[in-house]
Amino acid sequence: MTGTTRKSHGPTPTSNCRRYSDTMKHNSPPSNHPLLSSTRRGFFGQAGLSVGSIGLASLLADSCSAEVAAKPVAKAKAVIYLFMAGGPSQLELFENKPKLTELSGQTPPESFTKDRRFAFLKGTETLLGPRQKFGRYGESGVELSDLLPYHRDIVDDVCFVKGMVTDVFNHGPAKLFMQTGSPQPGRPCMGSWVTYGIGSESANLPGFVVLQSGPRGPRGGSALWSSGFLPTNYQGVPFRGQGDPILNLKSPADYDRDAQRDFTDTVSGLNQLRFDSVGDPEIQTRIAAYEMAYRMQMSAPELMDLSDEPDHVLKMYGVEPGKPSFANNAILARRLVERGVRFIQLYHTSWDQHGAAESLDGELPLRCKEVDQASAALVKDLKQRGLLDDVLVVWGGEFGRTPMGEERSPAGRDHHIDAYTMWLAGAGIKPGFTLGATDELGFGVTEGRVHVHDLQATILHQLGIDHTQLTFRSQGRDFRLTDVHGNVVKEILAG
Amino acid sequence: MTTLCWIAANATGSATDDRIDFNRDVQPILSNHCYECHGPDAEQRQAELRLDQRSSAIATTDDVAAIVPGNANISELVERIMSRDEDFLMPPSESGERLSDEQVAILKKWIDQGAVYAKHWSFESVTRPKTPNVVPADWPKNAVDAFILQKLNAADIAPSNEAKKTTLIRRVYLDLLGLLPSIEQVDAFISDTEPQAYERMVDEVLQSQHFGERWGRHWLDQARYADSHGYTNDNERSIWPYRDWVIDAFNRDLPFDQFTTEQLAGDLLDNPTLAQKVATGFHRNTLINSEGGTKADQFRDEQVKDRTDTTGLVWMGLTVGCAKCHSHKFDPVSQTEYYQLYAFFNSTVDRNSVTPTVQVPSAAQTSQLDELATLKVSLSEQLANDTDAERRQKIWEQDVVARARNATAEKDDGMSWQILPLSGKSTKDATLSSLDDHSLLAMGPAADSEEYHSTARSPLTKIRSVRLEVLTDDSLPNKGPGRADSGNFVLSEFWFRTGDGRELRFSRAGAEHSQTGYAVARAIDGKGDTGWAINDAPEGSPNRNRTAWFVLPETLEVEEDHALTFKMQFNRKTFSIGRYRLSISSDEWVERPGVAQLATLITVEPEKRSDEQNAKLRKAFIQSDPELADLDRQLTETTKKFDAVKRSIPTTMIFQELEKPRQAYFQVRGDFLRQGDNVLPDVPDVLPGLPSSARPLNRLDLAKWLLSREHPLTARVRMNRIWMRLFGRGLVETENDFGTQGTLPSHPELLDWLAAEFMQQGWSTKAMLRLLITSATYRQSSRARSELVSTDLQNRLLARQSRIRVEAEIIRDLALSVSGKISPKVGGPGVYPPQPEGVYAFTQRKKNWKTSQDEDRFRRGMYTFFYRSAPYPMLTTFDVPKFNQVCTSRDRSNTPLQSLTLANSEALFELAESFGRRIIAEGGDADPGRLQFAFRASFARRPTAAELARLRDYTRTVRKRFAEDEKVWTAVARVMMNLDEFVTRE
Repeated sequence: MTGTTRKSHGPTPTSNCRRYSDTMKHNSPPSNHPLLSSTRRGFFGQAGLSVGSIGLASLLADSCSAEVAAKPVAKAKAVIYLFMAGGPSQLELFENKPKLTELSGQTPPESFTKDRRFAFLKGTETLLGPRQKFGRYGESGVELSDLLPYHRDIVDDVCFVKGMVTDVFNHGPAKLFMQTGSPQPGRPCMGSWVTYGIGSESANLPGFVVLQSGPRGPRGGSALWSSGFLPTNYQGVPFRGQGDPILNLKSPADYDRDAQRDFTDTVSGLNQLRFDSVGDPEIQTRIAAYEMAYRMQMSAPELMDLSDEPDHVLKMYGVEPGKPSFANNAILARRLVERGVRFIQLYHTSWDQHGAAESLDGELPLRCKEVDQASAALVKDLKQRGLLDDVLVVWGGEFGRTPMGEERSPAGRDHHIDAYTMWLAGAGIKPGFTLGATDELGFGVTEGRVHVHDLQATILHQLGIDHTQLTFRSQGRDFRLTDVHGNVVKEILAG
Repeated sequence: MTTLCWIAANATGSATDDRIDFNRDVQPILSNHCYECHGPDAEQRQAELRLDQRSSAIATTDDVAAIVPGNANISELVERIMSRDEDFLMPPSESGERLSDEQVAILKKWIDQGAVYAKHWSFESVTRPKTPNVVPADWPKNAVDAFILQKLNAADIAPSNEAKKTTLIRRVYLDLLGLLPSIEQVDAFISDTEPQAYERMVDEVLQSQHFGERWGRHWLDQARYADSHGYTNDNERSIWPYRDWVIDAFNRDLPFDQFTTEQLAGDLLDNPTLAQKVATGFHRNTLINSEGGTKADQFRDEQVKDRTDTTGLVWMGLTVGCAKCHSHKFDPVSQTEYYQLYAFFNSTVDRNSVTPTVQVPSAAQTSQLDELATLKVSLSEQLANDTDAERRQKIWEQDVVARARNATAEKDDGMSWQILPLSGKSTKDATLSSLDDHSLLAMGPAADSEEYHSTARSPLTKIRSVRLEVLTDDSLPNKGPGRADSGNFVLSEFWFRTGDGRELRFSRAGAEHSQTGYAVARAIDGKGDTGWAINDAPEGSPNRNRTAWFVLPETLEVEEDHALTFKMQFNRKTFSIGRYRLSISSDEWVERPGVAQLATLITVEPEKRSDEQNAKLRKAFIQSDPELADLDRQLTETTKKFDAVKRSIPTTMIFQELEKPRQAYFQVRGDFLRQGDNVLPDVPDVLPGLPSSARPLNRLDLAKWLLSREHPLTARVRMNRIWMRLFGRGLVETENDFGTQGTLPSHPELLDWLAAEFMQQGWSTKAMLRLLITSATYRQSSRARSELVSTDLQNRLLARQSRIRVEAEIIRDLALSVSGKISPKVGGPGVYPPQPEGVYAFTQRKKNWKTSQDEDRFRRGMYTFFYRSAPYPMLTTFDVPKFNQVCTSRDRSNTPLQSLTLANSEALFELAESFGRRIIAEGGDADPGRLQFAFRASFARRPTAAELARLRDYTRTVRKRFAEDEKVWTAVARVMMNLDEFVTRE
């Protein structure tokens, strides 16, 4: 009888914290501690904090900190995840493969392609040499292609992970896998898990915000920021990059600030009378919700107004005020972090360079141009403000691209799940460090393999969360972001 | 923590004696702390010990037995759970789990009492318990109340008073219909002081056709109904006839056994009706992935797994899906048994595809089709019966030949064309210059691939057809008309745009001549690598003028002189067109041979003509014959109408069984690529066997098995969910888990009585609803009682009713109801109420949301078109899931985004405006009357003095801001619709 192989796949409901969190779900099994559940709505009601950003963190810390052994120390207060949707080509951006140049046009050796699955390849494709020149930059001497000139300034601040691998090779499922740990829709995404687990510090804004730029919406849609079976107030709130960030934020015509105040007061007053008569604590939550809604209406315009940003900052990002762009979203991400928002997910789409109209030579440089400058600016800006110590920045796609070219002109590559590159920066991640390497053609990882579940475990770890402990009971089993897998990638952690 | 449960159980009177009950007391401890390593899953099992089976638990190995019945002190299990030695302790110390002293005490006592195991309660068949005798005997209105009162008495709690009549009528309307009672209906109910007034009101409400909408919608949650395919492309699908079927099934109270059979296996019934086929849409509501590069088999497998899991959850309340990758850790469902259930669903024709589908004509469409078909037959007969026609055709033929000799307009297609004076440019380096005949001539380099954009102002306001003439010219290679060395060209794509940005694609094309493999239709197929070319002409070289015609699916209306830009795409190096001319017509071009062509046909000896040639000549003759042309036109029109009606008939996705079953396999770790042994359809061992021994089994057998009286789960699970809708939570709180990890029923006897009664009532949903709704339990007030906070905070004992926030769709329905705008129409395809801009900023594909302007703008919330990737935002905000998987109960969150939606959304504000106008029109002339009206219309009840005062204050404030009466009362209406009570049952 040993318990060493024990996994938290099944319910191991011992931690009070976990039990406590179960009671967050309205129709979840009955709490074993009725008082907790009775005070929950009341607490949030009185604290006026139920914007999908409720600070469970403080509750967890207060009520259970003693029982959570080996809880990782939080290095990150917030995460900004720059998702390059479509699968950027690591071979044109980060991975210089002279051997690939040498063998370009030849059939790949079978030892490399055996047992690999591809979405579109027919089996007759040949190797395709890198389409870009590379150079070495920074004190760390990291190799970068000429497509990312602004990245040269931050190579000593970020950590490159070159041994990323994932399980699924279609866009929708692969994005879901990265975000929720499962290729099927229906599970909570990372941002929902995080805000469910540790809440948010923002009183006026949602704890989990999604921003989007690029030619089209990301494949996978709102399932990517869904709270799955977690309560819906943990779902990501999509902000639009300009104007009103949230749907229905504007009061109807004729209702100015005062009119909206009168309205809110009257609704709350009548709700209070009803509460006095029927005593349902849900009414208190609703009163608080209306109060928070009013505050969001008042604070959001200030968030979106970039006129208080100095010119040199706007220039650094390459923001053109009034024009929706990745740069615009990147600066908004920093402003959200400054206002206590916990998890900010940026999507930039159309990194899917299969060739022809979506070519490595034509389209990829456009994408790089759209994100290179602002990605680098975000890291520099956070660093200058001293925020990079607390904010984790993640950059990358759902998979990489094949060493073989597709039979299209101009050239492109297919989806590749066995080796690709991402980078992380800030919040206790080793700066100027590269983890992992791939074989000489870039087919597979030779050292420093990091699976998607490992990356997820690491992100949670930096936020002070043990990924095996953050679970939620649904349909008879305990679920977690990393399913039954995932190991924290210790090699990239500083100190 | 379990202690609390146990104490609570004691407090509620279920464990008054000293006996340990295995299901209630022991099973939860073992299941939560032991089964993961010592349970049904052989792969995870440690030390070959299983504690879920008595025989294994008491077996002696090496002189030790985990459990020695009757003697806890020598049982290894007890020693382990009490050990102070970290290495010896169970559960293992690194798991962080520890049994509490109370849990240890329970296990010890249980072993001392003989370690009696019992089958998990929900796997025992249903027996009908006797209705208990209770006091006061006059409180119960039916058996339900007796069971409830028995437990309340045991806990020494009195039930609550009956709610006020105004509360009751609103509660019943919202629960059964999801609509507000009108003030007249409220008044009628209040003034009916006869006995049974309440029952009469309930009976009347149950007859409403909106009942099917309300209860059908609950079922559609379980069916994961949506109007799109999901995943990344998320295209629209047509399966709303299935939704109509569900609504209708509830309205006619289709017994639940039949209801189930038709949905799971309607296609396998003898001579299934159309409705029974439509019902199989239940399991076609799975997602379809149409992303490029997807492997159909992978997603078919996902669909079959989803159907298996959904069937388990919906009918049995079992999480069979847990056994996909390994045997279930807690419930006795092995991985092999999972794939046996899977095998029932593995043999349908669909394969990550929309097909098979079936057409579902409305009654009107069926009769229209019949009429048109009859007309067609009669017209054809009239045409055929003209005995003189042959003689006239001979004369006509001679005439044609004569005309052909003189004909100058050799391409007379019998239509009137407007030649367009074009100006053109190429996207590459070619120049297009205009010639006197309005044709354009290309000069300069011919590129690898290019587009010509030719612009003209439209002389017509209606456009249906476009004619393209490609013309030879001396300046072109071999005279053209193309620019390739041979004079050929390949027109890859041809379409046009209007000045106001509409993009027009043709639906049909014809050409005088097309090269083999380069039919003109390929110039309008949306594919850049196919196109129209003109080589291998019967006349020899390609170098002659050619004409092609293109037809729009329907007539385009433009203003006169509106700009039109025609786009021609050429994707083959140098194969561009050299000279061309464009004309447009308001008429629909139909293929009709020209005079010259006819003359050529006529010169063929009559007896040597092929059938096709004969038919062509006869057709041309008829069209020119004064006596027959009109008949022919009528026939063409009728055929067109017939086809149009046929096309407009909605389709719906259905199940169809393969002729030969598809082999199912055990899947290693749930990976469809890792096939294990073959498996055949079968049911789990722990449940009763199948009535029939015939093999192989199919879905019909599965349905019969689920509905057999011996099946312990189906009726219990169904009744529990019905209960949940009316009382806020189920008798079994984990309505989606009746397994060992689920909660025990709060009232096990009541649940069994209801399940037995349900079967006895012939599975009638309406009968059971009537029973529950007329119970005294249901009629109680929902007011919180301070003395219950300490004894029964969660209201498990039902000493009062509950306030329940209604679902998203119902919130919209209530707003529609109170505004007076609601459309009473039942059924039909999805509709598009107004939604905020920017909803599609985040989707891959922009959806075509054509906001409904007519009655459809005010249809009930359940008809709102549902895109899985971007649902109508108001619905999501109020917890409607995306229906990517089965939903057996919804969340009821309470968030600021909901407040913003109710307060500010355009769709709800326009209803507040209508409500405001209604208040003015129907509430009298003075403020107090109007406020009373507003209140009663919204809540059925009258306001209290304090509420009235608060509203009068607000009205006064608003009046200072707005001069117009309408705005003042809109503001009041908006407040009413934002109150907690508005979105809550009471």
